[in-house]
Amino acid sequence: MFSKGTKRKFSDGDEEISAESLVGARVASSYSLQRQSLLDMSLIKLQLCHMLVEPNLCRSVLIANTVRQIQEEMTHDGSWHMVTEAFCNPGQSPSERLVATEVLCRSREQDAEPKLFSVISYEGCREEEVVADETLCSVSVSDTVSDVCLAGRMGQCWEKSELSGVERDEEALEDSSLGSGEDEEIDTEDEASTKSPKTTGQVFGTFEIKNGSPGPDSALEELFSDVDTSYYDLDTMLTGMQSAPKMGPYDLLDSLAPSHSSPTIVSTPKCRSDLNELDHIMEIIVGS
Amino acid sequence: MMAGVGGGNDFQWCFSQVKGAIDEDVAEADIISTVEFNYSGELLATGDKGGRVVIFQREQESKNRLLSRGEYNVYSTFQSHEPEFDYLKSLEIEEKINKIRWLPQQNAAHFLLSANDKTIKLWKISERDKRAEGYNLKDEDGRLRDQFRITTLRVPVLMPMDLMVEASPRRIFANAHTYHINSISVNSDYETYLSADDLRINLWHLEITDRSFNIVDIKPANMEELTEVITAAECHPHQCNVFVYSSSKGTIRLCDMRAAALCDRHSKFFEEPEDPSSRSFFSEIISSISDVKFSHSGRYMMTRDYLSVKVWDLNMENRPVETYQVHEYLRSKLCSLYENDCIFDKFECCWNGSDSAIMTGSYNNFFRMFDRNTRRDITLEASRENSKPRAMLKPRKVCTGGKRKKDEISVDSLDFNKKILHTAWHPKENVIAVAATNNLYIFQDKIN
Repeated sequence: MFSKGTKRKFSDGDEEISAESLVGARVASSYSLQRQSLLDMSLIKLQLCHMLVEPNLCRSVLIANTVRQIQEEMTHDGSWHMVTEAFCNPGQSPSERLVATEVLCRSREQDAEPKLFSVISYEGCREEEVVADETLCSVSVSDTVSDVCLAGRMGQCWEKSELSGVERDEEALEDSSLGSGEDEEIDTEDEASTKSPKTTGQVFGTFEIKNGSPGPDSALEELFSDVDTSYYDLDTMLTGMQSAPKMGPYDLLDSLAPSHSSPTIVSTPKCRSDLNELDHIMEIIVGS
Repeated sequence: MMAGVGGGNDFQWCFSQVKGAIDEDVAEADIISTVEFNYSGELLATGDKGGRVVIFQREQESKNRLLSRGEYNVYSTFQSHEPEFDYLKSLEIEEKINKIRWLPQQNAAHFLLSANDKTIKLWKISERDKRAEGYNLKDEDGRLRDQFRITTLRVPVLMPMDLMVEASPRRIFANAHTYHINSISVNSDYETYLSADDLRINLWHLEITDRSFNIVDIKPANMEELTEVITAAECHPHQCNVFVYSSSKGTIRLCDMRAAALCDRHSKFFEEPEDPSSRSFFSEIISSISDVKFSHSGRYMMTRDYLSVKVWDLNMENRPVETYQVHEYLRSKLCSLYENDCIFDKFECCWNGSDSAIMTGSYNNFFRMFDRNTRRDITLEASRENSKPRAMLKPRKVCTGGKRKKDEISVDSLDFNKKILHTAWHPKENVIAVAATNNLYIFQDKIN
């Protein structure tokens, strides 16, 4: 299922690994794998903790701190930089990249800009693009690639049966200690490498009811100025958490900001029928 | 380690009683969530996930049964908290009792505080063993008598009746906590108490329910910056102006309420420097303190983190004076324990009456005791297999690798679903209560 060739590719790009010692390289790359698995698992945990009962704040804080730690370390040793490069490369086809879970969006082949979601909450989401992906439960806004990486990852982690992700993590963590030296499946898709503070805020933000967070997203604010976003946040979050419904074209329409002339929409093969429907609806509304 | 722990020679722990269903299928509501002796040790209270409180009372020692001390029997059972729904956040509020704390007894009735995630209640438990009979205006059923039938006047007489124990809520302290309450602690002035949630600590007066003082607030202005929460808090046993609270980063802050109304600036800060050689991604999580308890003397305090118990001298902030490893063999399993969430289990700890020994729980229904004087430790198991009356408990041992000796259990065979999170030690005697999921075990020392 996973190509070994890509593993070599991954470790080749890692500047920290000494070219001399193969063992050292394997240990280091295994450490990276373990670290990545830990990161994936942590993100899944953060998603799963939104349940009917208010989640345990202490646990969420500890997991979020762990994620932050991993991110910092990855930033320091350059893995993060390499990851964003790989991620943004439009020429690379998805099959060349290994994925840890099936949930990762394959839309990158179409556009340079990744289209990803955050299912957690609206607050903290910033500016321009409205994105849609039928594999995910809700719509949100994202600006830079780096911010979007993590946001989408978290949403994807939830939506597609997170069991698959967890199973993989379990396999990857057979040896409980890091750096065990075991060759395992690789997750190179490090969209999840960065845990932006924004996303952390989204996790903790659900513990608070906020009415209209002030921010640069003026376009959205106009649209929702008379809407109490706190209930929307919660609704979106809870709906996403419990039943993971797919966002249909109608929902997408609701979220489109009028000031944007051309909302970027993911076109995956699966999306095309939805896209046609969307066009149809747009026509009706525009009245052409 | 055949010798017992507890400050005496020839000291052995024996099974005394077990309360609770024997069923393999454990109902979620029956899971015990807190255990607490009262000040005299005569009463033992448990709270469960279903919001119920069960109080056991020790029967008087009879001269005929010298071999065992008085047994604990059910004294009162009542529903303390009900599940609620927070309509604003569309979230359920669990009825699970997080903590019970007794008030010192001041009259014939007993008082305790019980807390779920959001609300604290003061309960009065009182006995009624007399009933008035011979009313003039109503008959024994309570029905009003026909007035023209009343020809004489009599004085009602108090007659004995079967003992009835009533529990009634006297105060309800609500709407003061946005986050989940993890601790309550009665102050030594017996007038006030504190309640702590993840981000705030409030000080209440026992008589006043409509307001409380907020004395600690660590909520950041921007929740995105939240990296640390309050995990436990306790009032000093003698100094009513002093309290401590622990955090998820393994630190303890001691605060003096005389210094300021809002005790955001600590008077003392306790933290052990991290050992850089054992640093991992799980270091912070396992350093998170799950319980903090002052010694009865008030000179020391004990903290429980995931793998160890530490005793601190209040006069020394930079490191603990004693550290006891509870289950160090789990250190190599932290990743798995993180995955199955066991790493977030909150174990409690307790002192014995003389502060010479400490006790805490572990997995596989094991619990550990440490003698501070002899530095001896013992691992015991709460299980129905050792439940013959006055049966001596056999010390248990976990094999950490290599050859497993007979009677040892290997780390991989441990049942992580059988966790002992709540234990209590009688304030004066060597009697302990251990909560194992839905069962309450009571062990006593063997009287020679």
